[in-house]
Amino acid sequence: MSAAPKHEQYDVVVIGAGPAGLAATTATARAGLSTLLLDENAGPGGQVWRAIGATPVKNEALLGADYWSGAEIARAARDSGAEIIHRATVWSLDRNLELGVSVGGGSAFIKAKRVIIATGAQERPFPIPGWTLPGVMTAGAAQTMLKSSGLVPDGPTVLAGQGPLLWLLAAQILRLGGRIDRVLDTTPRANYLAALPHAFAFMTSLYFVKGLAMMREVRAKVKVTTGVTELAAAGTDRLESVSYVTAGGRRERLPVELLLLHHGVVPNVNLAMAAGVEHRWNELQLCWTPVLDADGNSSIPGITIAGDGAGIGGAQAALWRGRIAAERAIKALRPTAKVSDLSPQLKRAERGRTFLDVLFRPAKQFRIPDGDTIVCRCEEITAKDVLDSVAIGATGPNQLKAYRRTGMGPCQGRLCGLTVTELMAEARGKSPQEIGYYRLRAPVKPIMLSELASLPKSDEATKAVVRG
Amino acid sequence: MFKRAEDDGRRALTIHVEGQAISAREGDTVSAALLASGLDVRRDTAVSGAKRLPYCMMGVCFDCLVTIDGVGNRQGCLVPVAEGMQIEIQKGKREIGK
Amino acid sequence: MTINTDAIIVGGGIHGCSTALHLCLAGLKPVLIEKDYAGRHASGVNAGGVRQLARDVAEIPLSIRSMGIWESIAALVDDDCGFESHGQVLVAENAAELAACRERVADLNARGFSHEELIDSAELRRLVPAVAESCPGGIVSRRDGAAQPARTTTAFRRKAEQLGAIIREGVTASNIRKEDRLWRVDVGDDTYAAPILVNAAGAWGGRIAAGLGEPVPVTTVAPMLMITSPVPHFIDPVVILRGRKLSFKQFKNGTVLIGGGHLAAPDQDRNETVLDWRSLAISARTVFELFPVMRSATIMRAWAGIEARMQDDIPVFGPSAVHEGLFHQFGFSLHGFQLGPGAGAVMAELIVHGGTQTRIGELSIERFRNASPSATA
Repeated sequence: MSAAPKHEQYDVVVIGAGPAGLAATTATARAGLSTLLLDENAGPGGQVWRAIGATPVKNEALLGADYWSGAEIARAARDSGAEIIHRATVWSLDRNLELGVSVGGGSAFIKAKRVIIATGAQERPFPIPGWTLPGVMTAGAAQTMLKSSGLVPDGPTVLAGQGPLLWLLAAQILRLGGRIDRVLDTTPRANYLAALPHAFAFMTSLYFVKGLAMMREVRAKVKVTTGVTELAAAGTDRLESVSYVTAGGRRERLPVELLLLHHGVVPNVNLAMAAGVEHRWNELQLCWTPVLDADGNSSIPGITIAGDGAGIGGAQAALWRGRIAAERAIKALRPTAKVSDLSPQLKRAERGRTFLDVLFRPAKQFRIPDGDTIVCRCEEITAKDVLDSVAIGATGPNQLKAYRRTGMGPCQGRLCGLTVTELMAEARGKSPQEIGYYRLRAPVKPIMLSELASLPKSDEATKAVVRG
Repeated sequence: MFKRAEDDGRRALTIHVEGQAISAREGDTVSAALLASGLDVRRDTAVSGAKRLPYCMMGVCFDCLVTIDGVGNRQGCLVPVAEGMQIEIQKGKREIGK
Repeated sequence: MTINTDAIIVGGGIHGCSTALHLCLAGLKPVLIEKDYAGRHASGVNAGGVRQLARDVAEIPLSIRSMGIWESIAALVDDDCGFESHGQVLVAENAAELAACRERVADLNARGFSHEELIDSAELRRLVPAVAESCPGGIVSRRDGAAQPARTTTAFRRKAEQLGAIIREGVTASNIRKEDRLWRVDVGDDTYAAPILVNAAGAWGGRIAAGLGEPVPVTTVAPMLMITSPVPHFIDPVVILRGRKLSFKQFKNGTVLIGGGHLAAPDQDRNETVLDWRSLAISARTVFELFPVMRSATIMRAWAGIEARMQDDIPVFGPSAVHEGLFHQFGFSLHGFQLGPGAGAVMAELIVHGGTQTRIGELSIERFRNASPSATA
């Protein structure tokens, strides 16, 4: 499974085995294009269908029908004739469509005629005081452990934030016998009003009924506090308590061992940005999204982006975007092939998204921290540090690196980039688009020197190489 | 912090954390097995020595960095456990050459 | 609107910023025009080597002048620029390379330069304990060191601005011409006019020179660098190899910078570079062989800065051979960072006094007077 790619060149290389990547792989391989699917995880499914082939949670009702729908998609990709490599890290992609990939301790360079980036989403950074304490995790982290290892919280646990995933996770934890002491809902009250104009589309969407049922299920078992502000985690060397201010203005504190945070997901842009794909600030989703045409073609010829990496749309939209990107690749490489117009299906899958985007738009206080709250987890840089650098001349994220090393740690800005952009934009009275983002470079994931050197690791083998 | 669901039917295997044997299940990632073990598996950061545990469990945050079979700075949340694996919790900057 | 100043400097790298600063110290009011932001290209993203070691003889006087400034850099720019002086060591990997080192040091001594010192294997081991045992010696330049490039360039820019320089960033200098005895440069809706024009435009310097009738053989290159995650301290001096392309330096925070001159493909018009990972793999292999302790270090990032390389690998520095009031300061060919502070000081002397005590004659653009322009300039 962790063998190096069989060839140096492919018609299509797909990166990421979530809904979009699996769907794209299936379509291009079935059309007869040589297709390589590279994925970082141990098995297919991405985050939404994490461990779809391997989960210990066998009772289908526990994880829900949406989760299990992934099994058929993953099976189709497996049987499509594509070469699929898991535990493969794509650490470089350039405008010549050359990829650097590390598999099983060695590196390989491969070339593609078309690249479909389906690297999905990550959770939006949630920089509250104390968010680096051991015991503070993302809701997605808990869900990953639940799906792939059947692990659920058993100590005092609080879920905080907003959005569909938070409620889905809460329901799943409870169904599996896990413990939740409280849900702290941070959805700003004003968002309900703002979202109202989009409510009709949402009520006729795929999400509506499921979402309501899930919230009812959780509320029946757990106390929910809504309108929460000023959320903070506290403790010495580990999480000990969570404090917050209620809608009524009262500060409350809960003793807690685990705090699971979530306020939405944002595109995972590192690989596409490092390749040079143009991105723009998305004012609705408050994140960077690639500039794409209707088929997902990026600013770099031959690179298409599908799934949540193209802008958050959810798993169903990701499937259709993956298929559309595949059709585009097929048409480009087999001009005589017949391709169909899948845009109506995509449109249907995207229905209701605007309502969710507006309703669950995170409040400014949870995106733009102040004072001693850590912004860059890797280099341990606070909001005050960033603002001090702005005061002495740092004008954007790239200049800030020279002052504070923000974004230069191993996560390469994944957990501070959006915060730094918005924080600097606010401090300088500019738009996030004007302030810009870190200039990202390969390797987008750290690689071992020995992997890059493609040299054997054993001492004997090393000596042989050095002598030779 | 976490417990295993009761009907987990996967094969058990043994890994070693700082020399201490713990039970994991086939298909666990290293980070999941460490969190399920109940041991103190907090690492120290290289910058200030602050205590950390995994945050994202999906390969993004790098707070799960751990030494696996002598190789440091591995993302524990992306590496599946294997029988006999030797895990060391990273304290500060790891020693080079391991 | 036309704005009159004492000098127009095109290019906000270490050189343009240093010249701006030194002109301010001499009582002039320059404007510096930078199309991106100060330190965006080579000056902000180079390896930070502060090196007199292994330089072309023609630029040694300028390098020595600069070294004196580096050693009290905080007094000049109110920031120590992360400068640390642990020496730079050139490593010979075999007897033939050591013999060449011996010859080099003897030649420099004969010319009156004493900053390079031949070392045997014992001294090499003392300075660089981690180096592979097979290396027989090399050369050390003990006052050399390294600084943080972006921080340095920013510090020069900031100080120049404090002293009265006008800094225009994010705007292109266009329509460069001489009218009524004054140089004029358009910047957006403004026109700056001054008796002095300094071409410190780095990778873009060749185009400006050619546009003013002084074509030079220059190419645009993008040397690549890689940096590792922090590892415990194991090396003080900067290390470069005599034979293979490698430079090596550990910062205070434990990260190790690996460079040496393998090139990326520059795209000047897009402000972009495409890294050549196969060449970086060669660098990785060299480190692997020479520093066994680094074998499982982790590469965090790689990058390349766009800069100009002259055909003869030494800069174009000094007055124009054609126009009065025009000065060139570009083409530093992958080793301009250390020269920046001194070059600014010397350039200010040339502009203000019409001459300098520092020997720079061989760097003049005069040497290309009859050369044919390079296709890639």
